[in-house]
Amino acid sequence: MNLPAAEVLCQELARRLRSGVTDSTGLVGIRTGGAWLAERLHREFGLATPLGTLDISFYRDDFDTAGLHRQVKPSQIPFDVNGAHIVVVDDVLYTGRTVRAAMNELFDYGRPGRIELAVLVDRGERQLPIAAQYVGATLAVPQGKLLRLARDEQGKFSLRLSDARPPDAKPAA
Amino acid sequence: MRNPQLSVEGGLQHLLTIEGLPRDILTHILDTAASFIGVTEREVKKVPLLRGKSIFNLFFEPSTRTRTTFEIAAKRLSADVINLNIAVSSSTKGETLLDTVDNLCAMHADMFVVRHSSSGAAHLIASHVAPHVHVINAGDGRHAHPTQGLLDTYTIRHYKKDFANLSIAIVGDVLHSRVARSLIHALTTLGTPDVRVIGPRTLLPTGVEQLGVSVHHDMREGLAGCDVVMMLRLQNERMKGPLLPSAQEFFKSYGLTPQKLALAKPDAIVMHPGPMNRGVEIDSSVADGPHSVILPQVTFGIAVRMAVMSILAGN
Repeated sequence: MNLPAAEVLCQELARRLRSGVTDSTGLVGIRTGGAWLAERLHREFGLATPLGTLDISFYRDDFDTAGLHRQVKPSQIPFDVNGAHIVVVDDVLYTGRTVRAAMNELFDYGRPGRIELAVLVDRGERQLPIAAQYVGATLAVPQGKLLRLARDEQGKFSLRLSDARPPDAKPAA
Repeated sequence: MRNPQLSVEGGLQHLLTIEGLPRDILTHILDTAASFIGVTEREVKKVPLLRGKSIFNLFFEPSTRTRTTFEIAAKRLSADVINLNIAVSSSTKGETLLDTVDNLCAMHADMFVVRHSSSGAAHLIASHVAPHVHVINAGDGRHAHPTQGLLDTYTIRHYKKDFANLSIAIVGDVLHSRVARSLIHALTTLGTPDVRVIGPRTLLPTGVEQLGVSVHHDMREGLAGCDVVMMLRLQNERMKGPLLPSAQEFFKSYGLTPQKLALAKPDAIVMHPGPMNRGVEIDSSVADGPHSVILPQVTFGIAVRMAVMSILAGN
């Protein structure tokens, strides 16, 4: 299938999100694709609150069947979560399970005032009552296929669709 | 023969010894531990990873630090922890080790943390339990103490970043030390070019150089230019035995004083697995001095044990 240009979607997402954030908004990207995206948006908006990053490996609901992710990186939330307006950023919204895990982790840092969700692509097929407030594009992707963001050495984004998961990868988020 | 700690797919099933573990498994544990450090600095110092799992601390030998840090690690992973002080329970009534384990498995144990004075005790339990039950060796006889070896390497990596150019000295009673053996295996697997053991002939095992270390009997020669000095505990019972003239004599030759430490690199770190005998293997001014990372070792130990438990439970 033809995939849209991730750079164009990123501009679209930035345009929609811009009016929703202020200097006190905490942008939090989910590793790996969401963290790249959040980094880009944080730089473009020039936000005063430092950028946060979540690695949700310790909060996944498939730990019993899939085990611990091979490359866990520390989560970093360098601002006070209590009462904060937080925008969680991810590359692809699918079942909603990753976002649930991210929200659970955020609450272990404190009690946020408001959490919103910004995603590059919403591919539908939700398994949890979760919705994004800011979306780059909606895209129907055949079930079982893995859609994710890639970043080249120049920092340019593209979308990748793979048929089968790599053997060590976890089920799609 | 397949390593009994690994599954057919190569995943870590039990942690019994560092000897024979591939480098990428050690690195995975250390990297995962780094992520758990952040968790322990948050408002809620817990993650839900091992929710609903039961972990039994089986200590057949006394321990405060190791047992407590295992307990804290399990609790921070949201597991239920049951501490059994076997020294004063069933085994004194004559129950065998495996009968004790079978009974605990009947109580739906998911993981055992085992300390025993007999080398191979954890191995025996691991070969006995059902495939979904995991075993961690928390020290068996003179054989191994793998999580201590891992927390020591974590500490070294934290302060020195990379093992590729390091000179590391392990000083004292290497003969009776499972800590030293586990650390040596970890360091050589991680590619440390210069590992030295320093001690009197009576306290170094014969053939220790076959583990890939150099042997020194003189502190001044052994400490020269070191990046890391790991002091071992001189166990009280050894001080009275035939292996040593006296604790004072030992301190004179092998106790770490500021004068001897000055022979190491200016930014050298000093480590000790605890409990310390001040004035026997280490001078108080060194133990409490700016080079000492003895207390950070304890803190890192919790994150390292969280990493080991979560990797095992996920395999």
